[in-house]
Amino acid sequence: MNANQVVESLLALSQQEELVDLPKDHPLSESEDEGDSDGERKHQKLLEAIRSLNGKNRQKLTERSEAGLKVLEFNVSSEGSGEKLVLADLLEPVKTSSSLATVKKQLNRVKSKKVVELPLNKEKIEQIHREVAFSKTSQILSKWDPVILKNRQAEQLAFPLGKEQPAIAPIEHVLSGWKARTPLEQEIFTLLHKNKQPVTDPLLTPMEKACLQAMNLEEAKMHRAELQRARARQSYYEAKAQREKKIKNKKYHKVVKKGKAKKALKDFEQLQKVNPTAALEELEKIENARMIERMSLKHQSSGRWAKSKAIMAKYDLEARQAMQEQLTKNKELTEKLQVAFESEEEEGGTKVEELFVPEVVNEVQKNVDGLNPWMLRSYTSDTKEVATQENPEQLPEPAAHEVSGSKKEERPAAEEEILLRGFEERRSLRKSSELNQDAEPAGSQKTKDSSSQEVLSELRALTQKLKKNHQSRKQKASSEGTVPQVQREEAAPEEEESLLPERPERVQTLEELGKEDCFQNKGLPRPVLEGQQSERTPNNWPDAPKEKKKEQMIDLQNLLTTQSPSMRSLAVPTTIEELEDEEERDQRQMIKEAFAGDDVIRDFLKEKEAVEASKPKDMDLILPGWGEWGGVGLKPSAKKRRRFLIKAPEGPPRKDKNLPNVIINEKRNIHAAAHQVRVLPYPFIHHQQFERTMQTPIGSTWNTQRAFQKLTTLKVITKPGHIIKPIKAEDVGYQSSSRSDLSVIQRNPKQITTHHKKQLKENSVD
Amino acid sequence: RRSPLVRASPPPGSARGLWRPRRGSQAARICHQVTPAEVASEGRCQPPPSLRPALPTNAPALGRGRDRTAKEPPPASAGRQNYGASQDPAKPASVRSSSHVTGSSMGKAEVACGRRRRGAALIWNPSWSSAGRATKMKVKMLSRNPDNYVRETKFDLQRVPRNYDPALHPFEVPREYVRALNATKLERVFAKPFLASLDGHRDGVNCLAKHPKNLATVLSGACDGEVRIWNLTQRKCIRTIQAHEGFVRGICTRFCGTSFFTVGDDKTVKQWKMDGPGYGEEEEPLHTILGKTVYTGIDHHWKEAVFATCGQQVDIWDEQRTNPICSMTWGFDSISSVKFNPIETFLLGSCASDRNIVLYDMRQATPLKKVILDMRTNTICWNPMEAFIFTAANEDYNLYTFDMRALDTPVMVHMDHVSAVLDVDYSPTGKEFVSASFDKSIRIFPVDKSRSREVYHTKRMQHVICVKWTSDSKYIMCGSDEMNIRLWKANASEKLGVLTSREKAAKDYNQKLKEKFQHHPHIKRIARHRHLPKSIYSQIQEQRIMKEALNRIKHSKPGSVPVVSEKKKHIVAVVK
Repeated sequence: MNANQVVESLLALSQQEELVDLPKDHPLSESEDEGDSDGERKHQKLLEAIRSLNGKNRQKLTERSEAGLKVLEFNVSSEGSGEKLVLADLLEPVKTSSSLATVKKQLNRVKSKKVVELPLNKEKIEQIHREVAFSKTSQILSKWDPVILKNRQAEQLAFPLGKEQPAIAPIEHVLSGWKARTPLEQEIFTLLHKNKQPVTDPLLTPMEKACLQAMNLEEAKMHRAELQRARARQSYYEAKAQREKKIKNKKYHKVVKKGKAKKALKDFEQLQKVNPTAALEELEKIENARMIERMSLKHQSSGRWAKSKAIMAKYDLEARQAMQEQLTKNKELTEKLQVAFESEEEEGGTKVEELFVPEVVNEVQKNVDGLNPWMLRSYTSDTKEVATQENPEQLPEPAAHEVSGSKKEERPAAEEEILLRGFEERRSLRKSSELNQDAEPAGSQKTKDSSSQEVLSELRALTQKLKKNHQSRKQKASSEGTVPQVQREEAAPEEEESLLPERPERVQTLEELGKEDCFQNKGLPRPVLEGQQSERTPNNWPDAPKEKKKEQMIDLQNLLTTQSPSMRSLAVPTTIEELEDEEERDQRQMIKEAFAGDDVIRDFLKEKEAVEASKPKDMDLILPGWGEWGGVGLKPSAKKRRRFLIKAPEGPPRKDKNLPNVIINEKRNIHAAAHQVRVLPYPFIHHQQFERTMQTPIGSTWNTQRAFQKLTTLKVITKPGHIIKPIKAEDVGYQSSSRSDLSVIQRNPKQITTHHKKQLKENSVD
Repeated sequence: RRSPLVRASPPPGSARGLWRPRRGSQAARICHQVTPAEVASEGRCQPPPSLRPALPTNAPALGRGRDRTAKEPPPASAGRQNYGASQDPAKPASVRSSSHVTGSSMGKAEVACGRRRRGAALIWNPSWSSAGRATKMKVKMLSRNPDNYVRETKFDLQRVPRNYDPALHPFEVPREYVRALNATKLERVFAKPFLASLDGHRDGVNCLAKHPKNLATVLSGACDGEVRIWNLTQRKCIRTIQAHEGFVRGICTRFCGTSFFTVGDDKTVKQWKMDGPGYGEEEEPLHTILGKTVYTGIDHHWKEAVFATCGQQVDIWDEQRTNPICSMTWGFDSISSVKFNPIETFLLGSCASDRNIVLYDMRQATPLKKVILDMRTNTICWNPMEAFIFTAANEDYNLYTFDMRALDTPVMVHMDHVSAVLDVDYSPTGKEFVSASFDKSIRIFPVDKSRSREVYHTKRMQHVICVKWTSDSKYIMCGSDEMNIRLWKANASEKLGVLTSREKAAKDYNQKLKEKFQHHPHIKRIARHRHLPKSIYSQIQEQRIMKEALNRIKHSKPGSVPVVSEKKKHIVAVVK
């Protein structure tokens, strides 16, 4: 608003005020007096006008007091200024009163909702539809790309593409359309029909067919008997199951259950031996059952039965016991199975034996698995004296380590080496143990049938028992001298020292072992042990010297490497200077070399000379000494020379005679040129390619018959009289779309128009 | 008498892959044993040419069909094998089996034997060898295997031993060149494409249709509403129907060949039986659909009982209904032609008078895209072997081949006509198409070339309105203003009828020769030479001059006029 305008409006207002002459003492409230309101408004306007004098675009705060001129459908406008009524304004008075809380909430919700955007116009929608459809279609079409490319590049295309079915109609069709007319034909046909002789393909009369179809009597009987037997068996089995189910004797069921569990365990053990992976699966099943049990509230104190028992437990001992049982069962079922039972597979076999066999045997057995190389080493070192030679087969690595270990004991070595070796040993140990662990679960699985959960739980209980046994045994063993595997691994470096004093004991054990073996005739541990000994021993000898040598060489290298840096530091400045010099020299040298023989002008001149010299030369037919004296220093006479020198014909002067900088090639034959290709044709890149293809003859005169046939294959072969149909998806191995083009249209006729009309209508309503 | 020492020289073709043992005679077997050693000792380790990769001649980087080792001396066998003269293949069997020693061949045999001793395998008959040692005389005989030169029956072809050594054939390229030149000349000599003219229509032929199952049957609709069915083998009209009042605008056959549809100026679509009416029956359409507007074209679906008509909009009809099941419009001008895609059968293409080509999808019942060209397109035709390629016949004398996925640039602009192109039809092989023009000629274009390879015209042929390529790809039919349908050969100089195998081989060889030497100026000139009627010829000259004159780039400051490629020049816009 301009200042002038404001001033004018101010003046006008003041005039109005004078005319109206407001009573000043009245309180100014619109609600009370309508007559006052007019004056009040004017006053307000005046104030605004004054306020607006300060800034240019001061916002007006208009107040609505009566219905505005603009009545909009969607929102309420305040005053005639066209300003939008904001929801917040309406909400302000509501704030105070708590009774209108719900309304407030609703309004807030409305406020938070976003306004739906205006829908696109019809053209835009159609365009989007078209674009989507186009992209879809072009995607469908692009599946043809490889086929088309292949066909375009194909050496030969034979049409029609697909294999044609012979258009011979089956004889049935022909016959049905054909009628016997002549009396002879009719007679023949009646004869044929009388005997029911087949006219068409399956050359069997109906009788024959029926005969073929009918079954052998005996076979049918057998079949029936079999069926009967099967049915009877089924009914027996069902009856039995029913009966057993009805038995109320708890003990009976307990026995049955136990029997089942036992059987399951047995099966499991067998499975472990036969099929470790299946056994592993079985184990997993058990674990699953446990998880389910844990998730469920079975066997816990929350059931109805449990609650009742809990009440009774105070007074009744039996109930208490039952409760206890229940809880133990729950514990049992939910306890996690530990898979770490290494010796499980052995337990089945060696359980009984272990009672008689001393600990040493067990240790050795473990060694067989490669668990404890320390123990092994003691053996090997012992058995060096024994020195039984058999061919070695396995585990050269640990053997080597052990040897190094034993060697080290004999001579003093650097601390680093000891450490390194320690690491190596540990690593190897870890490896072997890992291998074991891998092998174990694999070796400890089996299954035949998926037994019920009960059976599984029983099984689990049993395995847990077994495990307990095993652990106790282990503890016993450890107390008696053998260290548990894990501990051993960790304690490897420290043990090195402790190994030395242990030796004499081991010797004893070995002897004992030998004795025991002799006594008990135990097949298993003894041969394996021997084998092991023999394996170790041969390996040890050749390995030892190698080790020494290696170390020595390493020492030498170390020496060298340590010295080198000081040398370098000395050499550095001199080398740099030398390098700079060399660089310059090199560059010069290079330039020289590059342009050494590059006298272009001279070359050209030479060439030109050569071209000019290539003119036909005079022929000299002089025979020296013919008709006159000849010899050294004598020349044929000028007369003779003149006579016998045949001059070359003087051709036309060269075209480049007067052009010192140009050589014009005069060898080109104009007559041949008419037949020669002047420009390298399109697909060829180099003229040599083109020449080579031209040089290759394709006729049968220069090629064998087969080569000729291959060279003359045409690009497109068509057969006269054969209809070539458009390529089909099936022809090239694609799946043709099974859905019909028609059905889609019928499903949604005039899809676009109706759809959009509806949409547009909705939009307009909004 | 069988010779004790069978010294079998390698049969002439053995190293070349021609020879194979027959009859299982001893000599043959021995030969078979000896051959490898012989070959090795002679240093002829070249594989037979049939085993070497035979490379096509037209590929750019090619080795020769057989090795060209000119430095290599001619094989030693060349001297030893005295083909032909001394050995008469027609000798009686007794002579054949006995080995004969001539003076000349004796010495050679010795040489051969010396070489043989160096080789690994020596084949001796033990009983004879002891005797040989006793007499201390070496008789070395050259024995030849009769299998190599004797025919089994007199109907066999004569064995012609050949030496394929390139050194012996110094003039192979010139000889082939001459052959190619002769083949080209003969091709032009025998180029007589016009086969027959089918006359009978009493007005200009407006549309043609092929029978989908029968090569000999052709349908044509004329401007007086008459439809005729022709037998091409007899070159006769076999049926005449007065189908419409006014023009027959479009005609198409059902995919099974049992009936056909026509649309006419009388706003009707009529379905007719392909077989004529029985005796006493009246010639009546199977169905008649009366529309609100004039239909200007019709095409039948390739697999289903659906057809499409065009006029003010593209309608898709079920054969069983009288109302279209779907109608699609885009723009307001009349649509002149609609064509179903023969491969992806749910696609349609149409062209309208407002210079555009619109593609439709029948499944989604929506237009897909529209391309606007400089001038009106009269018809389009889909490539029957390449699903997304179609060619449009335009009023601006050109044809445009489009990839429907990229409509903004045509794949190829085919120029040669000197007047509006009215119709186009693809060869069923998808490699070529034929176009009919208002300039009274039809031209055959390769799909990937911008210039035509053939132009057909006759003195009396007027504006060609419709053209079809028969479905065995051998013939072309065109219907023209002056009421005739003409039958042409697709390859002008092709010999009709059954060819013997030798004729076929010769034809293939000639074809290859022409291809090989096509760039040589003489051959090129002869192969390209065509006779044109004066009108067309002068028009071509005139248009060339006009084009020169209108070359704005040439006549303006360099850089001021942007260079637009010919392909882009004629596309106004692509509307999504």
